[in-house]
Amino acid sequence: MSTEQIVDAVKQAAGAQRALHITGGGSKAFYGHAVQGEVLETRSHQGIAGYEPTELVITAKCGTPLAKVEKALAENGQMLPFEPPHFGGAATFGGAVAAGLSGPRRAASNGYYGAVRDFVLGCKIVDGRGDVLSFGGQVMKNVAGYDVSRMMAGSMGTLGVLLEVSLKVLPTPVASRTVMLGLRDPADVIRRFNEWGGKPWPITAMACCDDEIAVRLEGAEAAVASAAKKLGGELTGEAEAAQCWLGLRDQTHVFFNGPEPLWRVSVPSTTAPLDLPGRQLVEWGGALRWLKSDAPADSIRAVARQVGGHATLFRADGATKRAAGVFTPLDPVLARIHKNLKATFDPHGIFNRGRMYPDF
Amino acid sequence: MNAPVTNSLIDVLRQTRVVAALRAFMPEAQVLFDAEDTRPYECDGLSAYRQVPMVVALPNTEAQVARILKTCHELDVPVVPRGAGTGLSGGALPMGDGVLLSLAKFNKILSVDALARTARVQPGVRNAAISEAAAHLGLYYAPDPSSQIACSIGGNVAENSGGVHCLKYGLTVNNVLRVRGYTIEGESVEFGSEALDAPGYDLLSVIIGSEGMLAVTTEVTVKLVPKPEKAQVILASFDSVAKAGNAVADVIGAGIIPAGLEMMDKPATAAVEQYVHAGYDLNAEAILLCESDGTPEEVEEEIGRMKAVLSKSGATRLTVSQNEAERLNAWAGRKAAFPAVGRISPDYYCMDGTIPRKALGTILTFIAMMEKKYGLRCPNVFHAGDGNLHPLILFDANDPDEMHRTEEFANEVLLKCIELGGTVTGEHGVGIEKINQMCVQFGAQELAAFRSLKTAFDAKGLLNPAKNIPTLHRCAEYGGMHIKGGNLPHPELPRF
Repeated sequence: MSTEQIVDAVKQAAGAQRALHITGGGSKAFYGHAVQGEVLETRSHQGIAGYEPTELVITAKCGTPLAKVEKALAENGQMLPFEPPHFGGAATFGGAVAAGLSGPRRAASNGYYGAVRDFVLGCKIVDGRGDVLSFGGQVMKNVAGYDVSRMMAGSMGTLGVLLEVSLKVLPTPVASRTVMLGLRDPADVIRRFNEWGGKPWPITAMACCDDEIAVRLEGAEAAVASAAKKLGGELTGEAEAAQCWLGLRDQTHVFFNGPEPLWRVSVPSTTAPLDLPGRQLVEWGGALRWLKSDAPADSIRAVARQVGGHATLFRADGATKRAAGVFTPLDPVLARIHKNLKATFDPHGIFNRGRMYPDF
Repeated sequence: MNAPVTNSLIDVLRQTRVVAALRAFMPEAQVLFDAEDTRPYECDGLSAYRQVPMVVALPNTEAQVARILKTCHELDVPVVPRGAGTGLSGGALPMGDGVLLSLAKFNKILSVDALARTARVQPGVRNAAISEAAAHLGLYYAPDPSSQIACSIGGNVAENSGGVHCLKYGLTVNNVLRVRGYTIEGESVEFGSEALDAPGYDLLSVIIGSEGMLAVTTEVTVKLVPKPEKAQVILASFDSVAKAGNAVADVIGAGIIPAGLEMMDKPATAAVEQYVHAGYDLNAEAILLCESDGTPEEVEEEIGRMKAVLSKSGATRLTVSQNEAERLNAWAGRKAAFPAVGRISPDYYCMDGTIPRKALGTILTFIAMMEKKYGLRCPNVFHAGDGNLHPLILFDANDPDEMHRTEEFANEVLLKCIELGGTVTGEHGVGIEKINQMCVQFGAQELAAFRSLKTAFDAKGLLNPAKNIPTLHRCAEYGGMHIKGGNLPHPELPRF
C-alpha cells in the first residue's frame, strides 16, 4: 500500500465518520481491547527507507517485518536496543513502535538502553484528517517543537497511521554471557536485583521465575568476564541463554502457559513481591512483574497503585478484558488531556477506537 | 536571530489587580511588582531579549503554585515559569502583561533512594547538586549540560537538556521517570511514574522539552546510574577537518559508542589554547576528544580499539590521558571554547543546529564558503558524536553592516542544516530566539498540530505563550544566539 492509498483510505473513512482498525502483522492483536471497524492493513507499506550504520539511525516503513529490520541491523553488527517482542514472527516495525513494548533489555541499569520511546527519533504519520505530518527527524539531538514522535510509541494506533519511523540503533555488544543463580526468598531476589543494578556492571537483563534467576551481562569481553565472576552462579551455554531470553521476550516460557489471565504489573523496581494470589515472574530487575492470576482486577490494580505502579490486563478473553478494562483507568486530569490529544490528531475518532480506553 | 521584543509598557491597573489577587494568599515579599525588584528577571541566559515582567511570583509551596495558576487562569493572565534563568533561547523571557513564576525556592532534594537508584527533587535544584548528593552512593545523574553547576533540573526538563555524554547516556527525556506539576487551571497532575512506564500515552515525552508551555513542574524523579569506575580521553589530531569528520563515523562504524566525542577546528583550538593552555596540537586542522568510560577492563579494551580506528582514519597524533588531572585538563579547553572565542572578538553569534553526522564535511565546507562570502570568521566547536554544531560567527555589533552580515550568515547555515536533514536546535531550545526558523523546519500542518497539542493542555493559551511554536503570520526572519560584547550572561559558566 502506498502512502497515497493510505491517505485515501483515511480520508474516505474520515468523510464517512467510519472507524478504521489499523493492523500490521497481527502478532499483538491480543493486546488491548478488540477494535471494530474496517481493517486498514499496513503490512504492504514496507521497506527500509534509510539505514546508515555510522549514523546509528534506521528509518523504515511501518509494514516492514521486524525480523527484516533486525536482520539488516545484525548484518552491520547493530540492533534495536529495546529488544522488542515478536510474539510469533509476523510482527512489523510499525506495530512494535505502536505497541510500545520492550523486551528483557529494558532492565539494563547502566543508562544507555531503554524502552521503545527512548529510541524514537522521528516519525511520519497520517492523521485523522488524512494529512501526512512529520515530527522529529533522523538526528540524535533535536529539541525543535514538541516531541510528538516519542508519544506515538505505545499509542496503539489511536493517534494516527504510523507511515514511517526513525529509530536510534546501537552496536550489538561484543560479548554476552548469562549467569543462572538459585535463590529461594523472593524478597531477597528483589533486593539483589536492585543492588546489582547499582553496580557498574554491564547488566542487560535480569529475570526471576520461581527460584531461578537469570542475569545477562553484555559489553566488552573483559568487563563481562569480571562481572560474571563477581556475580557467581552458573554460566549458561550460548544457545540455552538465547533460548531463555527469547522465551521471556516472546512469552513462550512455560510460565506463560495456563488459562488464567496474564497481568503485566509495572512497579518501582524495589517493590516487595506482590501480595496477590497466583504465580509471578519478575523481569526488568524487579520493575516488571508478570502475574498469572484469577484475582479480581480491582484488587490487582489497588496493589499496583499503592506502590506507585499500574497493572495491565495483558492477556485474557474478551469478556474479562471488557469487564476489567485492559489498562489502568486514568485520573480525571490526564483523561481530559488524553481526550483532547485524541481530538487533535484524530478529530473524527476513526483510528483504533476503544483499543486503549473505551471513550477514545 | 529574531528582532528583539519591544519592551511593552505595564498596565498599572491590571498590575494592581493581579498583585492584590496574589497577595490575598501570599506574603508581600513573594509577590514583586516594583520595577527595581522585577528588573533582575527581565531576561534569561539570552540577554538580547529583555522585558520587565508585570509581576514576579516567588512561591515556596505547591499549594501556592496551584493557587497562583488558578488565579491567573481566572484573570486571563499569562504565566512564564522560570528556573535558574540560564537558558540560551529566551524560553523564560517574561511578559509585560504577565506573571513570571519563579521556582527558585523549590530547591530541595526530597529523597535519594540508593537501592532504587532514583532521586526525587524539586525543580529549582541544580543539575550538578543531584550528582553531588548521590556521589557517596557511587551513583550520578547522567545528563550534564555545560551549565550544570547553575542550571536547574526544572529548566532541564523544560528544554530536554543534553550534554557531552548524551551520545552514550541519553538526554533528559531518557533519564527522568516522573514529572509532577500543575496545569494552568491549578490542578495537580503527574506524568510518568516511579515505575518504568505509566498507563495511557507517553505524556512524559511531551512534557520534557515543552519549554514550560504545557504544565508547571514542581517535582521531578530522576534516574541515577552507577558511576563508571574509570574514564580516559584520547586527543586525536588530524590534518584536515574532513578526515576528522570521517574518523567520527569510523569510530561509530566500528561499534564503539564513546562516552563523549567532541571536535574543534584549528581556529577554535588556537583561541582556546591561548586562553586555557590545555596542550592542544596547534598544527592540527582539527582535533577530536574521544572518551571511554566503564570498568577498568572495559576502558582499557575500548581505548585500544579507539586508538586503532583513529590511527587508521589518519590521525597524525594520539594522546591518551594517563590520570584524572590530564583528562580534566583535556576537557577544560573544550569547555572554555565559548569564553575563549569571546576574547578574540568583540561579539560572537552561536548557533545550535544539528545535522546527520555524514553531512559534517558538507556543512564545514559550506561554513568555510560563508566565511568568504560574508568576510567573517567562524570557528567551529561541536558535539561531533551526535552531529550537534556550535559554529561561532565572530563580528562587531557596533558595525551595523557586520551585524547584518552575521545574521545573514547564520541564517544560511541554519537553512543548510534543515536542508541536510537536520534541525535548527539540538539542545538550546527554540524559545523566542528560533521561533521564526520553526516555520522553515516544519510545515503549516505540523505547526497547527503543535498549537493544537498545546491547547490540549492549556485551552486558554496562558502558559508561556508566544514561545517555541510560531503562529503562521510570524514566519519571517531567522537567526542564532547573539553574544553582546563577548559577554555571556553567567560568564562564569562553561558553555559548549
